This record gives sequence, C-alpha cells and structure tokens, in this order.
Amino acid sequence: MAKQVPDTRNVGKDAMTPEGTVNRAALPAIFNPEDLNALELALRLKDSAEGSTVHILTMGPQRAADIIRDAMFRGADGGYLLSDRKFAGSDTLATSYALSCVLKEIGADIIVAGRQAIDGDTAQVGPQVAEKLGLPQITYAEEVIEVKTDTIVVRRRLERGVETVESPMPVVITVNASAAAVRPQNARLVMKYKHAMVQSEKAAKEGTLSAELFEQRDYLKIVELTAADIDCDEMQLGLNGSPTKVKKIENVVFQAKEAKRLTSSDEDINELMVELIAGHTLG
Amino acid sequence: MNNIFVYIELEEGVVADVSLELLTKGRELASKLGVKLEAVLLGHNVSGVEKTLAEYGADTVWCADDELFAPFRTLPHTSVMCGLIKAEQPQIVLFGATPVGRDFAPRVSSALHSGLTADCTQLEIGPHKDAKTGKEYENLLYQIRPAFGGNIIATIVNPDCRPQMATVREGVMRKEPVAEPKAAEVKPIAWKEYLKPEDLAVTIIDRQIESRKIDIKGANIIVAGGYGMGSKEGFKLCYDLAEVLGGEVGASRAAVDAGFCEHERQIGQTGVTVRPKLYIACGISGQIQHTAGMEESAMILSINTDANAPINKIADYAITGKVEEVIPKMIKYYKQNSK
Repeated sequence: MAKQVPDTRNVGKDAMTPEGTVNRAALPAIFNPEDLNALELALRLKDSAEGSTVHILTMGPQRAADIIRDAMFRGADGGYLLSDRKFAGSDTLATSYALSCVLKEIGADIIVAGRQAIDGDTAQVGPQVAEKLGLPQITYAEEVIEVKTDTIVVRRRLERGVETVESPMPVVITVNASAAAVRPQNARLVMKYKHAMVQSEKAAKEGTLSAELFEQRDYLKIVELTAADIDCDEMQLGLNGSPTKVKKIENVVFQAKEAKRLTSSDEDINELMVELIAGHTLG
Repeated sequence: MNNIFVYIELEEGVVADVSLELLTKGRELASKLGVKLEAVLLGHNVSGVEKTLAEYGADTVWCADDELFAPFRTLPHTSVMCGLIKAEQPQIVLFGATPVGRDFAPRVSSALHSGLTADCTQLEIGPHKDAKTGKEYENLLYQIRPAFGGNIIATIVNPDCRPQMATVREGVMRKEPVAEPKAAEVKPIAWKEYLKPEDLAVTIIDRQIESRKIDIKGANIIVAGGYGMGSKEGFKLCYDLAEVLGGEVGASRAAVDAGFCEHERQIGQTGVTVRPKLYIACGISGQIQHTAGMEESAMILSINTDANAPINKIADYAITGKVEEVIPKMIKYYKQNSK
C-alpha cells in the first residue's frame, strides 16, 4: 500500500491560498517517503522468494498512477489504482475500509505499507486495514530477519530500542524511515514499463504508440478500480464513511515581533553575552 | 457510562509522563462534562500504580493484571480495550501518541468503527452544528491538531460515532496532580471474556530497550540545531555550547532526518514541545513544524545566515551569521564574562 502525497516538507509561499486552504496545485506530488522504504522491504522479500510478486495498491486521483509506474521502474510487477469521486473526503477509517475491500479480493501473503504519510502523519491506515482484514500487524518494521513456512520474523524500531517479533502470515507490516532506502530505478525496467498506464490515461493517448503498446502488452496495464468494481458498502466510503469531520481550519500565521538584530562580530556577541548574563538568562 | 477513558502506558512498571498529562487534561474535561475520569491499566504486577493515577485525578482504575499484557503486544491490548469500551461505553478515549498508542489505537478505532484523531495539540469541549444537515450537537470533543506539515491547524469533531478518540504526544500538555486527591476505585477488567486465542499469535523473540536517558523537556536552556549545522560533525558545536551554558541539546526534524542527531532530541510537532528560559536555534529556518514545539520559550535567540529566516519573526535576538563562527564566539565570550 502506498500513497502519493503533496510534498509538505518543502512548502513554498504559495502553498496556502489567501482563504487559508491548501493549494495542492502548488505542491509537487511525490511518492510518500516511508512507502518507498516499504517498497524496498517488499522488493527484498521478492528477491529472496522465487515466484513471488510485488503489486502496489494506492487510492487517489488519476495522477497517482505515477507512483505505481515509479514502483514498477524499481522492480514492482504491477499495481492497482483505486480512483473514484466516491472516495473523496475519506478520513483514515473510510480509506482503510476501501483498501481492505480491495485486498480481500486480490489477496496477499504480506501487506507492506509505510509507517505514515507526510501529509497527515497519522500512522493509522496500516493498523486499521489489518484490523478490518482480521490480520496481525507489525508496525515500525526495520528489517525482515527471516521468512519461514507460515511465519515471518521482523525487527521493529521503537523509540528507545529494538524488538524482534514473529508473526503468522498473512500479516500487515508498516515500515519505518530507518529501514533500508529504496533502490534506484532500473534503466531496463524504465524501458519496459514507461508506457504502463491505467485505462483512463490511455483514453487521452488514443492513436499514439503508447496506446497501441498498451493494447498489445498485458504487463503495461495498471488495474484501475472504481467503487463499483469492489465489493463494498458505499455508505462506508468517502465523507459518508468518515466518522471524523473537519470543523474548522486555521492558517498558521506568525505573530510579528521585532527581534534585536545582531551580526557575528566579536563586539556584538560579547555584548549579547554580557546582556544575557546581566538579565540572569544565563547563569 | 459515558465517562472519559485514559489508556495508561507503563514504562518498566512506571506510569509514562504522557499518561499523567492525559489524566490532567482528562480531569479538566471530565469536570466540564460532569462525568468520571477512568484510567485503563493493562500490565503485569501493577498494584500500587492506582495511587499515582488517583493523584492525577482518576476516579476509577480499570485493571487487567497478567503477564500476557507486558511487554505490550498489539492484539491482546486491542481486544481487551475494545471489549471494555463496548461494555462501558465511554464517550471519550485518550491515548498517548507513543509507539504503543499509535500502534493499537487505530486498530481500536477500526474495530469499533469510530474516529481517531492523531497527535492532537489541544482538546476542548464545545458545540457543533453540521453545515449540511443543520443538526446541532452539544459537548463534543474538539480535537485540535496541526495538519499538512504544520501549515494549518484543524479542529476535528466526531459527531455521530462513539467513543470520540484522540492521541496526544508526550510533552504537549501539562501534567499536574489534583489539589485534593481521592482514592480511586479499582475495578477488574473481565479480560478473559474479551481475549481471543488468535490474539496471542504474535510472539516477541527479543527485546532491547534502553532506559530513558535524555530529557530535554525539563531543561532551562536548550541549544537546538537544524539542517544548517551542515553535518553530524558540525552539529557537535551545539553540544559544545550546551555544555558550557549548562543546557540540553535539541534538534529540528530536518536535522534528525539528516542523521545529525537522535530522534529523542527532536523538537516540534513530531517531537517534543519545550518551554525553556532560553532557546538557542542554530541553523534552524523555523518551519511551523518546528516552532510549534518551542514558541512558548521565554526567550528565543536565533543564529542563521539568512536574515529573513522565518525563525527571526519569533526570535528576541536574531544573529545573522554562520553557526561555525558565532557559536565558538558565544562560548568564548560567555566564559570571559561569566567569571
């Protein structure tokens, strides 16, 4: 499971509209960083177990297919884009409901996700999906130690230490930023998958080579799912399925206050230290 | 019924600060709503802990004492918490936004189909009117949290589902014992009824946890370094200055992400909140993510090469210059003048 997120780490001046809402268009959309750690963990599992495959599941607008392609360039075999207006306004619970409905249909032995997404920082979707699927979970995973016949041994990174746990499979694993970084894109895979698309993207490319290849080669088809394609209760999707409501949004504005300006000169620093000592700020 | 629950976290048998902070806030909310404040304690050999919980305002301590509850495992804690919530119907449940709380609170919310707001910085009680249906609500929990990298502050409500659940980070709220504590009523949790055999499927093979060494929350002086410290080597200047001034070292998220410093020293929305007498921000630009965790410092001094860095808008002293020049001079002139 992965998410395309606005890059909140590099927020520019135009990231907020004058009304105080988020100007998503002004923020670059990126592969959520910890989901890349999760991808690497999944790809290593694939490398170690012949015949296994890695697929990306994401929910979002059409452009979120970008992260599925990105993952395919790094070694993933394909993906699923869950895209529908009916999912709009989903909180974490409605999101995890939709994702779990898809996962029930496609099935997986190991479901891996990043610990949290940088646009919300909630870390909720992984555990919520695990609960809805009735599966155990391993959060803050750093490294897979061993995969046995029916169980998996994983090292977790906690605030002040590490813990190694063994869980039966299937299992949901959420991965920490301290796990191995993702491998780079592979030139051969970029060539192979550069025309990979979802059906709705192909519509805009009718008559081009891209569209032609898409029709001929099944591995270029990224699965696109709408609410109608999954077995779900529509009342649990989107805003309807979200218990939490946003009551109010405030734009954070700094309070203007004049700072005393100093340079790095010896005189300035000396005076400052004298002043701080005199005022008992420094002992 | 309809009381307030606080999930109590234990660290080597001692109640975590965040749980005491939640009890302090929970006491305030419970008094406002005229309901009881109830602590939920799952652990092993926990007798005696209820006294501490009562000192911080708990009216009731729900207790499950068995070796399978310590160390923490997701599934047993989830099942027992869900079972107790279904039986007791609290209106509000609060968890620490710790590795434990952030691991299992989402599962509880998923199982109970109720909302959970992560990392709240404020909790209040107030009315709400649904903009679409016009339906009015009284006494909802306002779950206030930064969102979108800290650029907005959102107030979240959970009008129709119960319980209303939230997590709060350690050090964000104050902890304060109640003026006249009363003994808490200890009630056993019928946990054997709630636990399923498969809840014990995950086993802990090995566990190496260091005891808490760093406590920057209590420091009077904090020297915090940001990405502008340049490298892990460069970051050592912060330690030099902190040592001379008798302070602690903090860091911005950027510095922690870059590996200059351990996460325990991170200050800001995804770290701790501090209120020292003097806060020295070295090479920190002052993203809201960071300033939210230090803007209540009594005095703020910034060192930055960029005179227009956002941090200077909240600073009392703004030194424009390179950290590698300014910090050694501060050390030098502090030593000269302090004798």
